[in-house]
This record gives sequence, C-alpha cells and structure tokens, in this order.
Amino acid sequence: MSVAFCGLTLTHPIINGSGTFDALAARKAFGTALDEEFPFAAYVSKTITLEPRAGNPPPRLWETPAGLLNSIGLPNKGLQGYLAEDLPELASLPVPVITNVMGSSAAEIAELVQACDAGAEIAAIELNVSCPNVKTGLDIGADPRQLEQVVRAVRPLTGKPLIVKLTPNAADVAACALAAQEGGADAVSLINTLRALALTPLSPGARSEPRLRRPWLGGGTGGLSGPAIRAVALAQVAAVAERVRIPVIGMGGVSCAEHARDLLDVGARLVAVGTESFRDPVAGARIARELDPGPASPTSGPA
Amino acid sequence: MTEAPFGRRLLQVTGIDELGAYRVLRVADPEGFGPTPAPRPGQFAMLAAAERWGGGEDERPYLARAFSIARWLEGEAHYLLEDVGPGTKRLCELGAGDGLWVLGPLGTGFAHPADGRRALLVGGGVGIAPLAIWQDELEREAGIGRGPADSAPVKKSPVTVLLGFRDGPRAEGAALLRGARVATDDGSTGRHGLVTGLLAEELERDAHATVYACGPSRMLEAVRAMCESRGVPAQLALEAGMACGFGACYGCVVPKRGGGYLRVCVDGPVIDAAELEQVEEHAGAPA
Repeated sequence: MSVAFCGLTLTHPIINGSGTFDALAARKAFGTALDEEFPFAAYVSKTITLEPRAGNPPPRLWETPAGLLNSIGLPNKGLQGYLAEDLPELASLPVPVITNVMGSSAAEIAELVQACDAGAEIAAIELNVSCPNVKTGLDIGADPRQLEQVVRAVRPLTGKPLIVKLTPNAADVAACALAAQEGGADAVSLINTLRALALTPLSPGARSEPRLRRPWLGGGTGGLSGPAIRAVALAQVAAVAERVRIPVIGMGGVSCAEHARDLLDVGARLVAVGTESFRDPVAGARIARELDPGPASPTSGPA
Repeated sequence: MTEAPFGRRLLQVTGIDELGAYRVLRVADPEGFGPTPAPRPGQFAMLAAAERWGGGEDERPYLARAFSIARWLEGEAHYLLEDVGPGTKRLCELGAGDGLWVLGPLGTGFAHPADGRRALLVGGGVGIAPLAIWQDELEREAGIGRGPADSAPVKKSPVTVLLGFRDGPRAEGAALLRGARVATDDGSTGRHGLVTGLLAEELERDAHATVYACGPSRMLEAVRAMCESRGVPAQLALEAGMACGFGACYGCVVPKRGGGYLRVCVDGPVIDAAELEQVEEHAGAPA
C-alpha cells in the first residue's frame, strides 16, 4: 500500500504529527527496536526555530475529557544544534525525515528554509505557521493574505517539498489552505492543536474568587489534542481537501484505523498520528497494519 | 538502565493487596521486561487498565499513568497505588485476572553509593515505592535475604530506611520495606514530625552516606537542601505530570541548575540532586 507524496514514495500513509514523537529519545528508551519497527512511514521532527528555546515553564500538561491540553513552548536546540547534532542521528532512521520549522517573520522563515534545503538528509520541509508575527502579533497562518506572501517569499529558496502546517485557529481554514497553495506550497497538513484553557482547580469546598483564578498551564493557554478534537479535524480536513489540488495530510485525534480511514475518505493523502503515540508508542504501525491487513485489500488513496 | 520492549504489553493482574491506605498491584510478567528481564531500581512503567480506561469522573482517565516499579520478583512486578484521581481510582479497582497495559521499564535508575558510603533511603507517602526495590537489590548484594517485611535480617543491613507519612493508615505502607524508622505528621505512628527530622539525626550521627529519596516535592526539596549543606550526595526520584514516559511529549520537565529543563521521564526519574537548583513545588501529575 505504498503512497506517493510530493515525489516521495512512502511505505504506508501513516506519519507522525510534529512534536509528538522524539525518535532520538525513543531510541534511548527502546533501543534498536525503534529502528527495526519504526512506526511511521516518514518522520516529522519537532518544530525547529533559529535560536534554541528552553520551552515554557511547567506545568505543561492537563488531561481533559478524552484529550490532552499542552503548552510545551517548542523547546529545541535551535537550527544549528539541530543540523549539527540531531539530523545526523535522524538520518539513520529507515524513513524519510521531514523537518518542521517556525519563524516569526518572512526573513526568519527564509533563513530556516534555506538551511534545510542544504541538509541532504532532509526529504521535505514543513512550515509551522501557528506563530504570532513579531510585528502584527497575529498568527501568520491565520491570515490568508499574510500566509500567501510568506509562502511565496520562501518557495524559491528550496526545491524540496514544502508543506504548510495550517492552524485550526482561523476563521476560514480552507481559505488559508488555498492561500498556501497559491503561494506555492506542495502540500498542507492539518489540524494543529486547538487553542484551549484550563484553570487551576479550586481546593475542595473553597468558594470561587474569580479574580484569583489562574490558568493551570505555565504558558497560559494551550493546545488541545486527542479524541476530543477528532470531529473538528474531520470537518476541517474535508473542507480543505475540497478546496485545494495539492495533497493534504490529515490529523487530529486519530487512535485507530477507522479514524484514519475517515480522514483518507474525505480526501487526505496521508494521516498523521500524534497524541495516541503517547499512549501507545507503536500506534502508527498498528494503524497502518489495520488499514491494510493484507495484499487482498484495495490500495488506499491515489498512488 | 534496562531498555523497554518497543510497545506497551497487555499483562494480567495477579492480585491486589491492601497495605493501609495504599494498594499493592501485582502484575504477572513471565517474560520480564525485555531482553534484560529485571528493571533497574528507580525505573518506572506507564500503566493503563485494559478495560474501562476512560469514562470515569470527567470522562477520564485518558492517558496512561506513571508508576515506579516497587518490587520485582521473578515473573511479577509490584506497583504501589494510592487512590487520588480517576486513573489511580480505576487501577485500584483491578483484581486478579484483569488486563493491564504496561509500557516499560522507562527512565533512569539509582546508582550505587561510591567511596564506601552507606545507603540512606528516605521516602514520603506513596513515594516510598522505588526505595523498596532498591533496598531489595542493595541487601541482596550484601548477602541479606530479600522479600517483604516479615523476615528478620540475619545480619545487619547496609541500608538505613527512613519513611514519613501523613497519618496512621498511610504509615502502614512502611511494611513495604524492611526495618524502616517512621515519622508521621499527626504522631499516630513512630516519630511525631517530618522524615527530614529523622534524616538530620542520621546525618548528624554519620554523614558518610548517599541519600536516595522519593516523595512529595516539599520533602524532596528539604532533603536536597539538607544534603547540599552537609556535602552529602543525593539521588532524587522525581514525579511530574507525564503524558508518554519516553521523551515524546516534553511535558514532564523540571528546571535544571544553570537554566533550561530536564525531562523527568528520560533524564530521570532519578536525578542527581546536584543537577537541580531546587525541587519546585510540583504541579501535580494526572492522577
């Protein structure tokens, strides 16, 4: 059931969502089995920024009904640290590496894309555009005009497939997807986490003082993921797939083959698994296997 | 450190025993944890009930829960539980024959004392769990019989055990280890006061020790500060809200001395006290 995606041939349609699987940490925990039974058909890195980031102060997690709220804050070694230390180790994975990058201006994004273009081990580049513009404060990816400009500006800087990871926190996600396509993106991926809030719980029996209530997460608001967002993801992926010609990577709350099948059936070319991998590190392989139990079944999606 | 098999395994609960306010969950594990069957003392596992995981209070639990491996007998792992939230509540309901998803063993373990120092084990509440398997190993290596509390040691143990609890029912948990001196907040069992009072006396008597501590963050910070001021090496087994247990989610961080963060799941849970400026009031794991 190999799948063609932007010039790459993947062994199956299941990849990981950015920031939901650290292959190098997993190699430490599980040893060589990680490489022998790698659960995804491509590996998407955590978001890489120009400068190193420590991430947000804890607490970073909150369990919700059927989901997870996080405010991690994109900790990473920075572009140079990633290229020098992590990428050589990721290169030995048995699957193509997609590097996810984020910048807060077109110039920053351009620098990241250029550096990734030079990295021979990088098969494709994914732009995380869920980042506030340093000047306007608006998420770059939430405004179709701004998004199209940014993609158009960086498109000539690389011959590698350019994927735009859309933000779901936009008025019209399909318009953003179309803008990414018009700017020259080779694919779009969605949905990222939904902006959400949890408050520090009241002590049992305490009377609520609204002025004193504080966000639970050290970063304030967070991003919601897991089964709680699956129906939202399906609607957004369907709306986007209907509007664009380029391939769509669908994700959001997928925990079994049936959920992946739903996303494929509304037009996704690939499906990414995220939060479910936290519960079951081999969820990607399980879902791929369930999707294609044997040679007798029809191949999925256009090849 | 012992590597984990890649993927969670569906194991069967052998039984669950009351231990005062706690439960000891026993899980059959005939093949053991991967190629090296025994976990390292201090390592942990992510646990989730195979049935009815979800649909409890507030439609939780959703994520697996992290537990120190409290004891490893050939073919059986023990975990110490306290019912403090929807996840631990569900695990406490399990009985013999029930299925349990287990991912592990994960994280770092305790390192042996150096320079002929004695091992001083300091535990608080449900945090005593990893100290039990550590006591087992240290005493076994010293040629002293192992197993649960009842057997009197035939020769003097090289391990000193100090445990603190909130009250009497919790203090019954001290039976998980052998020869423990106990302190309780309410004075109902053992010394009236904090376990750090016992620790101060022990260090006064003989400071040529390595301290191994696990418990509430306030206790750990008091242990850390005391050890630092006396130049005593300490290894702290930390707890933090954790989604995955294998370094994927970056959720379980604690501030590192000199800036940045450590991931409790892969850089710990056992962390050398010298790596921390202080143990921060921990924000509560999903329970």
